[in-house]
Amino acid sequence: MTDISQSAAVPGTAPQRPAATLSARLARWLPRLVMAPSFLVVLIGVYLFIAWTLWISLSSSAMLPRYDFVGLEQYVRLWNTPRWHTAVINLFLFTGLFLGVTIALGLLMAILLDQNIRAEGVLRTVYLYPMALSFIVTGTAWKWVLNPELGVEKVVQSWGWDTFAFDWITRPETAIYCVVIAAVWQSTGFAMAIFLAGLRGIDSSIIKAAQIEGASLPRIYASIIVPLLRPAFLSVIVLLSYISIKSFDLVLALTNAGPGGSTEMPSTFMFAYTFQRNQMGVGAASAIMMLMTVAAIIIPYLYSELREDTHGH
Amino acid sequence: MATLDINRVRKAYGNLEVLKEVNISVGDGEFLVLLGPSGCGKSTLLNIIAGLEDITGGEVLIGNRVVNDLPPKDRDIAMVFQSYALYPTMTVRQNIEFGMKIRGIPAEERAKATNAAAEMLQMTGLLDRKPSQLSGGQRQRVAMGRAIVRHPDLFLFDEPLSNLDAKLRVDMRTEIKRLHQRLGTTIVYVTHDQIEAMTLATKVAVMKGGVVQHFGPPQEVYDRPANTYVARFVGSPAMNIIPGRLLASDGVPTVAFDTPQGEAVVRGVPLSAETAHRFAGRDVLVGIRPEHFGLDPCGTVPVGVDVVEPTGPDTLIVFAAGGTEVVARLEPFDAQVGRQERFSVKAEKVVLFDPATETRLD
Repeated sequence: MTDISQSAAVPGTAPQRPAATLSARLARWLPRLVMAPSFLVVLIGVYLFIAWTLWISLSSSAMLPRYDFVGLEQYVRLWNTPRWHTAVINLFLFTGLFLGVTIALGLLMAILLDQNIRAEGVLRTVYLYPMALSFIVTGTAWKWVLNPELGVEKVVQSWGWDTFAFDWITRPETAIYCVVIAAVWQSTGFAMAIFLAGLRGIDSSIIKAAQIEGASLPRIYASIIVPLLRPAFLSVIVLLSYISIKSFDLVLALTNAGPGGSTEMPSTFMFAYTFQRNQMGVGAASAIMMLMTVAAIIIPYLYSELREDTHGH
Repeated sequence: MATLDINRVRKAYGNLEVLKEVNISVGDGEFLVLLGPSGCGKSTLLNIIAGLEDITGGEVLIGNRVVNDLPPKDRDIAMVFQSYALYPTMTVRQNIEFGMKIRGIPAEERAKATNAAAEMLQMTGLLDRKPSQLSGGQRQRVAMGRAIVRHPDLFLFDEPLSNLDAKLRVDMRTEIKRLHQRLGTTIVYVTHDQIEAMTLATKVAVMKGGVVQHFGPPQEVYDRPANTYVARFVGSPAMNIIPGRLLASDGVPTVAFDTPQGEAVVRGVPLSAETAHRFAGRDVLVGIRPEHFGLDPCGTVPVGVDVVEPTGPDTLIVFAAGGTEVVARLEPFDAQVGRQERFSVKAEKVVLFDPATETRLD
């Protein structure tokens, strides 16, 4: 840009001036033109509807949107709904277990895979593969695996262990753990991949140094390597929490929020109240509650990431 | 403190032999430098001494104790790595104390040892920083401090100065030498830099292709290299190896080689009567260090100056002799390209090599 304006200022180059400014103007506008459609779609499809949902949550909308203002009435009604309480409790239970088990298993698998074993590439692909499936497929497959009439219980009983019982999916107090099992199965490989990448970045002479100092392998991992994986932990925690808060398809395919609403999650609650139970206002309020929860996790993460970027790391 | 004996040590990865029958033995308090280009097996040998790699054959003794099957922590060694290998999440103090903590040394003693080491290495002000906040030289100091507090029998250094800039490298070299003089601990030091080897070592092992080419005090390695490889590797500029011949002489061993300006004759090179007799009239390789030439109007080496390279304290003259390029390091003088000069040679410093085996003739 500066080059062009400078050359244009030189008297001898005056005839070139219109062409130069035209191409310069094009160069300036082309990126904006190319970006415009997607920007517009995101603006309307995401942010406009977030604003619209916020408005609906503050209105008395039921079956159809009604554009009035009733303050926080829908939020009060939401928090007085026992089913919403179940959803919130399930969310915390599910998130806690899902994160804990996925991280523990993923880290363990990454550490084991990092021991210079044979066929590592194949194993890595095998473990990562579930990530390529949609949650609908995972949910359907595990519905069959966990079904007492078709799956594990049936197989073990047919081997002769007649009293074997594994009917968690049919019991309201344990069904949520089935959702955890399926979600862990799908995401562990992903956590493993991130941890493995982190482990690969560690200078091997650090481990040698600790060995010479007499540290045992568990001690080396606990005192030196795992602390070094902090960025990997942060990424895994943020991404998995976000997956668990928006988990909708998995629950729908696996248990359809049942039995008896026992595996209700905020996302399924929102869907049911907005589109099936004609309580759009309550549904919108629950959606806004979810948005707040995600924002509470993502914003500090983005903030720390962006701050590191400006520090040139 | 301890002696170190390496007896017929071999190391192979499958069919690839990286160490072939290595024998090295140093006494208590010596400074052994393993010198060689990358891939010569020097780091492998160091890792074997440390116990980080297992041994294919032979034995390693530290203080007369065979350590082949001991894990690294029981060998009473401390190691300083090229990448420093500091624990990034710990402060300098935690880095230094980590090993002591594992060995169950009480906190009070740990602090005392850490402070003493910090004082010795002049890094008292750095103890609460993280490694990422330190410069390369400071990290190197921390790595050395971590090794010192262990009071090991043996210090191992794996190219500790390669990641530093030239100026700092010289300073840290002096510091390592001072540390050795102060602690008196046996040190094994790996490097590819022959100047580090010359300045630090009490014994040098020059390695190539998994074989020790020459093992001896640095001055001996410099003055009487065992073969042409060692002669060329140690010293900068390298020793000139000029194809020439041993004259059938009257009791004074004399060599001659050709320059485009005529025949050069050097009388009185060090050679036993027996070898002189055996090689009389045959071709030999004449090894002459650049600084052993002198400008001398009555000199016996006629020279045509090809290139002049003034370095300040010396002037390097490049000329042709015996079909190769020869470098002479002379006191600065008014050298002119193309002019003919006459050089003398310090005959007693000349080393002869057998052209067939390239080993030194005595």
